[in-house]
Amino acid sequence: MGSYVPSTQDQRREMLQALGLTDYRELYRDVPESMYLDRPLDIPQGMSELEVRRAVSAMAGKNKVFPTVLRGAGAYDHYIPSIVKYIPAKEEFLTAYTPYQAEISQGLLQSIFEYQTMICELTGMDVSNASVYDGATAAAEAAGMCRDRKRRVTLISAAAHPDTIATVRTYCYGTGDELRVVPAKDGRTDLDALKEMLTPDVASFYLQQPNFYGQLEDAQAAGELVHAAGAMYVMGCNPIALAILKTPRDCGADVAVGEGQPLGMPLAYGGPYLGFMATTQKHMRKLPGRIVGETVDSRGQRAYVLSLQAREQHIRREKASSNICSNQALCALTAAVYMAAMGPAGMAEAARQSMAKAHYLADRLCGIDGVSLKYAGDYFHEFVTVLPKQDEALAALEAAGILGGLPLRDGGVLWCATEKVSREELDRAAAIVKEVCER
Amino acid sequence: MKLIFEKSVPGRGCGLLPACDVEAVSLPAGLEREVPPALPEMSETDVSRHYTELCQHVHGVNCGFYPLGSCTMKYNPRIDEEMAALPGFTAVHPLAPADATIGCREVLDTAKRYLCEITGMDDMTFQPAAGAHGEFTGVLLIKQYHDARGDSKRRKIIVPDSAHGTNPATAAMCGYEVVNIASAPNGCVDLEALKAVLGDDTAGLMLTNPNTVGIFDDNILEITRLVHKAGGLCYYDGANLNAVMGVVRPGDMGFDCIHMNLHKTFATPHGGGGPGSGAVGCKAHLAPYLPKSALLDGGDGIQVRGFFGNFLVVVRALTYVMTLGREGVPEAARNAVLNANYLMAKIRGAFAPAFDRPCMHEFVLDLGQFKKETGVSALDVAKSLIDYGMHPPTMYFPLIVHEALMLEPTETESKETLDWAGEVFHKLADLAREDPEFMHNAPHNAQIGRPDEVRAARNPVLRYRKA
Repeated sequence: MGSYVPSTQDQRREMLQALGLTDYRELYRDVPESMYLDRPLDIPQGMSELEVRRAVSAMAGKNKVFPTVLRGAGAYDHYIPSIVKYIPAKEEFLTAYTPYQAEISQGLLQSIFEYQTMICELTGMDVSNASVYDGATAAAEAAGMCRDRKRRVTLISAAAHPDTIATVRTYCYGTGDELRVVPAKDGRTDLDALKEMLTPDVASFYLQQPNFYGQLEDAQAAGELVHAAGAMYVMGCNPIALAILKTPRDCGADVAVGEGQPLGMPLAYGGPYLGFMATTQKHMRKLPGRIVGETVDSRGQRAYVLSLQAREQHIRREKASSNICSNQALCALTAAVYMAAMGPAGMAEAARQSMAKAHYLADRLCGIDGVSLKYAGDYFHEFVTVLPKQDEALAALEAAGILGGLPLRDGGVLWCATEKVSREELDRAAAIVKEVCER
Repeated sequence: MKLIFEKSVPGRGCGLLPACDVEAVSLPAGLEREVPPALPEMSETDVSRHYTELCQHVHGVNCGFYPLGSCTMKYNPRIDEEMAALPGFTAVHPLAPADATIGCREVLDTAKRYLCEITGMDDMTFQPAAGAHGEFTGVLLIKQYHDARGDSKRRKIIVPDSAHGTNPATAAMCGYEVVNIASAPNGCVDLEALKAVLGDDTAGLMLTNPNTVGIFDDNILEITRLVHKAGGLCYYDGANLNAVMGVVRPGDMGFDCIHMNLHKTFATPHGGGGPGSGAVGCKAHLAPYLPKSALLDGGDGIQVRGFFGNFLVVVRALTYVMTLGREGVPEAARNAVLNANYLMAKIRGAFAPAFDRPCMHEFVLDLGQFKKETGVSALDVAKSLIDYGMHPPTMYFPLIVHEALMLEPTETESKETLDWAGEVFHKLADLAREDPEFMHNAPHNAQIGRPDEVRAARNPVLRYRKA
């Protein structure tokens, strides 16, 4: 079996003796006899590193990896530059704790400060936190920061990701607040319905851009309605799209959040991902989570520290703005390295190519008998088709190593393309669907 | 160190993508971004050197001793990293069809089975992303349980005053009134104080055991019995599970649900603050209330984040548990406790333990008297340790000890390291008497001196702006 205890058996005996003990059981003298586990755990024997490598690799081998991925729905298969894998794997970044001890954590603190700046640049906002768990929890935390004594109700678009809606609902259940879902019409948020629903008790409205169906919302118009009703406006954004899309700030958002996974994180069966969260100067002190600030040290040099901690649980306890403690720091570092490696031009290129390839795929699919777009609106890199023999078509794609679109509960298939897929792969996918549909 | 933005050169880049091989498409008018984001423009050499410079100014577990109490900074095995980087895991889409994700589900099912056995629980979710997120999930299990029974009077969660700040913050996020109870002089739960607040409005109790002063509460069966008798449920904060895994199980102590910090007890790296995994285990009566996924399961139920949680963290933790196995898990716990007691004995004489009795995996020093005598505070000692290449212990926690330093050496430190650490503490105790001023100004050899935190809070500079 493997062990990470370095002291030898002799040393352990010596240490026990130094404490006047003969047996480990005496270390647990406060544990009542009735509770002390008097049997071995019912788990397998330990393994050597080589054995465990074999066993875990065998599990990984039971998954099927698709060389071509045309499925998104909240998890996006973008190209990850090689450097992005190496830097977060550096042992110091990997194994350090949260940088509360600034004197020996300047590298980490500076990397977070840089990440915060990049998120501000991407969203157009003034202040970013150091990350939260994922896009769904970022939306839930944003709803929380918008509520005050009088305004308690949260609105969310039905065209938001279902996991986001469910997570926001769960956080509302926690605090005993109400969530109301603004209906969608033709795959986009129904702004007439939104206007009706913006009652004086509404604290905030959450809009996802592009939305779950890939459709581009009229985010600016939604923001104007929300502000006219005196509520706060939260936008959930795709960070790759933000390289070319109007910023949440320019759409009037008070809080910009999103799922940061497209910024260099692998699909990884759903995590770890990254929740990013940014706001305006005005709402800075309501932002939950850790925030790094610039200051000077005792010698007058520039230095970075965890700042504005008076918002946080370890100081405020039950009055904190959130209970969040650990976040997704290494994922935030990954995102920062991704943005640095891609640069503004590279990110815009990834966004444009994703959009172009999705439109190319949609055109090819819609050239097949019986296949059409379900929604007429403009879209970014995802779209919904109505597809005859949908299960057969998806199965045929899977057999050819292509993960096709996601069948939706409310009908249709949600497709996605990124810069990672080539024209040849898209043609091949369309040919397979055509073969099935026209068979 | 220069910021990455200060190293950016307009027009520089890495050339990572091929030219687009399909026709370009424009965004609809009015939706385009007006000004490109001012992200750094770097060559790959620039990026590599920048982050290498940064990582040289970070103290990781690989750099040296890291006795940060309540954080379990044990060594993070590299095999766990390699297993989590297998393409068979990293390339799996969370919404891939079931026959393509058999291995991922085997990881989750196996980890669930082993961790349920270690904790004495019946069921488990890996959705929560961190400890506090696990607390939130666990307390929502309690809330749903009472709600399902129509037991709407239960509005209060009891938390000892020694608890981590996330406990009361979590209870508040779950809509509960927090009832803080004072600890007994020995740092454990004061049974009379507990009895005084229990009633038909008690939703539950949140507790760590061993507690935050590193003592196993030997009244634990009576505590959980009293809470259950009042109709409440018992939540186990697994922050300190490393002391007892494989030795005694929270399920056998009478707890109804628990969270574990896989990034503490099960050796997954802290990553500079995350990602962690706050797996939540529960007894059968709470299993119906575990989180679901809206997209995958459709139906009702709570959901605390997207998909299945921090899956790759679970891969690491499973690799760790499989490596240690049935003998290695309790061996790790026992040696964590042995190391803590050994280090406490080494330091005693230089600094006084807050509770002078055998500890579990961690112990708290009380520098109250020491500060009165020398003027040197817990903060001064902590900062002085940095000059010796040691990460400071947790400072000023728990709140019930005023000049607290909390040390948790973990089982992955050798006797030599503990002996050395003991000597360093003795040196500092002597130095405090000889030259307290020197210690007030520590650290002396770190990259920076003490930062001005007040200035950071009063005049917040939270992002770079080009001058």
